[in-house]
Amino acid sequence: MRNKITNLEQLNDIKEAEQKYMHLRLQGNIELTDDDQYMNILCCAGTGCTAGESAKLIERLNKLLEEHELEDKVRVIKTGCFGFCQKGPIVAIFPDRVFYTHVKPEDADRIINEHVIGGNVIRDMQMYDIDKNTGAKVYDIEKIGFYEKQQRIALRNCGKINPENIHEYIGVSGYQALHKVLKTMSPQDVIDEIKASGLRGRGGAGFPTGVKWQFEKNQPGHEKYVICNADEGDPGAFMDRSILEGDPHAILEGMTIMAYAVGAHHGYIYIRAEYPIAVSRLRIAIAEAEELGFLGRNIFNSGFDFDLEIRLGAGAFVCGEETALIASIEGRRGMPTPKPPFPAVSGVWGKPTSINNVETIANVAMIIRKGAEWYSSIGTDKSKGTKVFALGGKINNTGLVEIPMGTTLREIIYDIGGGCPEGKKFKAVQTGGPSGGCLTENELDTPITYENLIAAGSMMGSGGMIVLDEDNCMVDVARFYMEFICDESCGKCTPCRVGTKRLLEMLTKITNGDGTMEMLDEMEELCHEIKDTALCGLGQTAPNPILSTLRYFRDEYEAHILEKRCPAHVCKNLLSYSIDPAKCRACSICARNCPAEAITGKPGKEVYKIDPAKCIKCGLCLTNCRFGAVERH
Amino acid sequence: MAKLNAEALGKIDLIVAKHKNQAGPCIEMLHEVQDSLGYIPFEAMEKIAVATGTSVAEVYGVVMFYSQFTTEPKGKHVINVCLGTACYVKGAQQLVDRVEKLTGAAVNKTSPDGLFSLDATRCLGACGLAPVCIIDGKVYGNALMGSTFTDEIRRIIKQERGAEVKA
Repeated sequence: MRNKITNLEQLNDIKEAEQKYMHLRLQGNIELTDDDQYMNILCCAGTGCTAGESAKLIERLNKLLEEHELEDKVRVIKTGCFGFCQKGPIVAIFPDRVFYTHVKPEDADRIINEHVIGGNVIRDMQMYDIDKNTGAKVYDIEKIGFYEKQQRIALRNCGKINPENIHEYIGVSGYQALHKVLKTMSPQDVIDEIKASGLRGRGGAGFPTGVKWQFEKNQPGHEKYVICNADEGDPGAFMDRSILEGDPHAILEGMTIMAYAVGAHHGYIYIRAEYPIAVSRLRIAIAEAEELGFLGRNIFNSGFDFDLEIRLGAGAFVCGEETALIASIEGRRGMPTPKPPFPAVSGVWGKPTSINNVETIANVAMIIRKGAEWYSSIGTDKSKGTKVFALGGKINNTGLVEIPMGTTLREIIYDIGGGCPEGKKFKAVQTGGPSGGCLTENELDTPITYENLIAAGSMMGSGGMIVLDEDNCMVDVARFYMEFICDESCGKCTPCRVGTKRLLEMLTKITNGDGTMEMLDEMEELCHEIKDTALCGLGQTAPNPILSTLRYFRDEYEAHILEKRCPAHVCKNLLSYSIDPAKCRACSICARNCPAEAITGKPGKEVYKIDPAKCIKCGLCLTNCRFGAVERH
Repeated sequence: MAKLNAEALGKIDLIVAKHKNQAGPCIEMLHEVQDSLGYIPFEAMEKIAVATGTSVAEVYGVVMFYSQFTTEPKGKHVINVCLGTACYVKGAQQLVDRVEKLTGAAVNKTSPDGLFSLDATRCLGACGLAPVCIIDGKVYGNALMGSTFTDEIRRIIKQERGAEVKA
């Protein structure tokens, strides 16, 4: 059992002790004595890299260090996400500042033998970028395109510290902001500071955080609550997950500050059950914070009490909506209720409640520590600070990026993301998930702010950013989102329950080749009606994917309807496959892989043919043919 | 309906007792019952209703509302195919079709022989590896490339059913 920390001196003692041990990672060039550790090996243990067996890698590295009796000199540290998931699992070696990519468990031997013992950087595993002007390989991590334009505030500690060790968080000035708030600021001071910083909700809508807190603070009564919304449901978004996995204490500290400001003594973190690693790191973090006295009674001897509880979601997208989330915390079906009353007046258990998104809360401690002026100097006039995006889809550098507001989509997609793979043509970028829309080449130079994205027909959303290339069908993408919304509609209000169903039916007809031009007008009209009349944010924004694709890609809808053709070759009913007899070598691989037995021929003797009546258009023959003989029309 | 055995009933009682005094415990209880038994039997809903002072219909309503709760036992092998956007645009639907063909399990159902359950899951957040599939907890990234993923399914089928699979 460790002693509770009750004053700044004790906190600083831990910080200094930790910094001494973390200096390899934090500063780089320092004088070493023989007794010091001389190397840190940082391994990503986020969800992406764990799927790439980073746990086995860490085990192997530790075992090898032990065999070479180096465990006192070299330390393996498991960290949160480095952001560059495309290249995972990632290993970073400090103080050398060398990043290795796609590291497999068996590569541990090379890292230890060649780099740690031999002192040589393993070039073929090292992360690099190509310099646009000279064509030369760039190895300096600061100059790699993916990282160069980023500014990390919410992700400040992800990939730098061990999320399961509270001392490391203290070592990077963790819990200093909490001390400052409890000892030197009144709740109103805190709210004023947050208001002055210009911080707005990062969950999508962009409501000013300080104003939200003020509403709750102004409510009478002593029983109040704060909630962290970690029900990150947008398919393709994983910012919140990475923050929780990589820096859970930042959330705990931010929530405690928030609770002090609004006068709450109990908080909930509502998190998706699909994120087992994040849940387990949060549980560890809460236990450690309670042990050291950053949660619980009389924090820092200030008389302020606060405790935190984790509540698991159970797979309902609508629970990201705040009133539905509250219903779910109370153990009921997650159905939204009309606002007002707003949660700040009547929230969980009918008491005043503030709900903020993970990324919003991750910014709080930094704003308190470095000041509102510093924070508001980043970003644009109305959108301050940074925003984290999960970059995915048809893009070279999939991963997590944090950029100052006002950066353009082009910079994110081309400079950071490296453009579309295999030289394919960029078609659209989807932001805001099922509530957002698709933007085209023409909008790429728009600086990213809440207002600009809405004006362009999309929205900031929570931060999913999916890049689509020429092989993606925009009608099919709209249908995909509508199917998602239909599945996830809670069914309470008619516009969302029935309206989205009708939209999906029309989209399905169009993708099947049974659409009519009248449908386009009907869909548009219905979209506007749903927007105006649905009860909650889910329904009100549900038509956005359709409206934005109709706005920018009407020609694709028309091709499906008028020419019965899917320009991107995605919609199955509008496709056909055939084998070019001139290219077929009668190898039989297509026939062997055909699940429908639709391909006939004789191995080595007779070229193969596809029976269109039997073909289910799965495309397996196309992927398997080694001679390019299968054609798709 | 087959009666639940005493051991399972005992587990349910323990879970209900553990959360009984917590505020709004229904979902917490359901999670633990499912973790422990693999599904949520009707008896558990009855016990939860009694403990929380609501009707069984109310608890059943909660179970039905959330997609993670299931009232049917899962197959011996569970295959999850992520249908998040990043996976979808990289061909996850083709993967679903292939798994359906191979295993005979329809999406979110169990194959008639009880061997496989195929779940289309929401975004797993491993978008860097899209499209992503999970067989019995092991993650397969870039699952459309090569045949590692389908080979594993074929291997299980051969092992369990003792016959080679075509396709």
